[in-house]
Amino acid sequence: MAESARSLTDLFGMLGNRRAAEARPAAESAPAPAPEVSHPTKALQKFLGCLQNRERPVLVDLGPVVGSNVNFFGEQLGCRIRVEDIASDIETHLKGGKADQLPAFFAKRFTQPPGSVDGILCWDVFDYLDKAAAQTLASALITLLKPDGVLLGFFSTAEVREPLYTKYVVVDPLHLKYRTYPASRPRQRALLNGDIIRMFGGLRVSDSFLMKSHVREMLFRKNPT
Amino acid sequence: MWKRDESVKPATPPAPAPAAPAAPAVSVPPAASSERRPQHMGENVNIGKSVIIKGELSGSEDLTIEGHVEGRIELKENILTIGPNGKIRAEVFAKSVIVLGEVTGNVTASEKVDIRDNGSVDGDITSPRVAIAEGAHFRGSVDMQRAGAKPAAKAAAPAAQAAPAAAAPAQGQKVGA
Repeated sequence: MAESARSLTDLFGMLGNRRAAEARPAAESAPAPAPEVSHPTKALQKFLGCLQNRERPVLVDLGPVVGSNVNFFGEQLGCRIRVEDIASDIETHLKGGKADQLPAFFAKRFTQPPGSVDGILCWDVFDYLDKAAAQTLASALITLLKPDGVLLGFFSTAEVREPLYTKYVVVDPLHLKYRTYPASRPRQRALLNGDIIRMFGGLRVSDSFLMKSHVREMLFRKNPT
Repeated sequence: MWKRDESVKPATPPAPAPAAPAAPAVSVPPAASSERRPQHMGENVNIGKSVIIKGELSGSEDLTIEGHVEGRIELKENILTIGPNGKIRAEVFAKSVIVLGEVTGNVTASEKVDIRDNGSVDGDITSPRVAIAEGAHFRGSVDMQRAGAKPAAKAAAPAAQAAPAAAAPAQGQKVGA
């Protein structure tokens, strides 16, 4: 009798486990992050095209380090790539209550000699800066570029109030994944086309694409001398 | 009832059974073992947490550093692993370098540099292959130049040029010249 009671308990225990097992997948699926979507890009391929015929070009990436991007650009261009994470600079200043010192910081930020860089990947860093800091950074980058150098910038066309940075992960020359991570403050403003062109006064706009992802992709070239 | 019960009974004990063979593996986590002892080499020297070395370090065995090293490390034919507790302020030359701790200084590897999750490199990397994990910190430049190799994209350039026309999405309307 005792054995039969134990067996029944086992049986009900099993049913209980099965219910729990059935419930688990639903619970696990609820917080699962949304799958990363690849977004088309048009300017990246143009950017690569501008650098492909150069002998060992020097690239500066202003975004956070992405291992696969380093490999991608290394393999595509045989380049030397320098990672200068501007988002981390912004965070350091914001957390230290020194946001007003960003313009002075950017004026001395880069140690490379003037005219030594073939390409600059700005991604969307300008969206996170106020006008003064953005202008100083733009001027520093123009100085860094070689004659005929190329600069790629992304500018949000929508007012986004979420405090998030975006890592742009290169899938291939025509696609990027947008991977967000927390920021101390949201994008500052959606820059108008005219403001952007004025900011990069020493460069000419070679291409500009308005993407469905509410990103304006712009490619700037420095005039050959 | 009894028959059904008997048929059910054997199903319950096997549940804990699979756990038994897994238990011995707990003593050395597989990830940790592979990090500490690079796979293919028999000899691996370990510099412990409490060791501080200032000067030049060179050798012909694989080396794992958990302590502090300042100066220069040269293991040109071997694998150097900077363990999670390792702190290096040095110029590093090795066949492969695996970073789980902190490195300040330039790193040159003839095969590969691998910065793992929570690993940190502040310096320039020269290596034909570089892997940087998602949670890793890196500040500096990467030079992936292979000796005598031409950039792969030059051959692929015509294909890449043709691609946009074929794959041109409806979006991405060109708005500037």
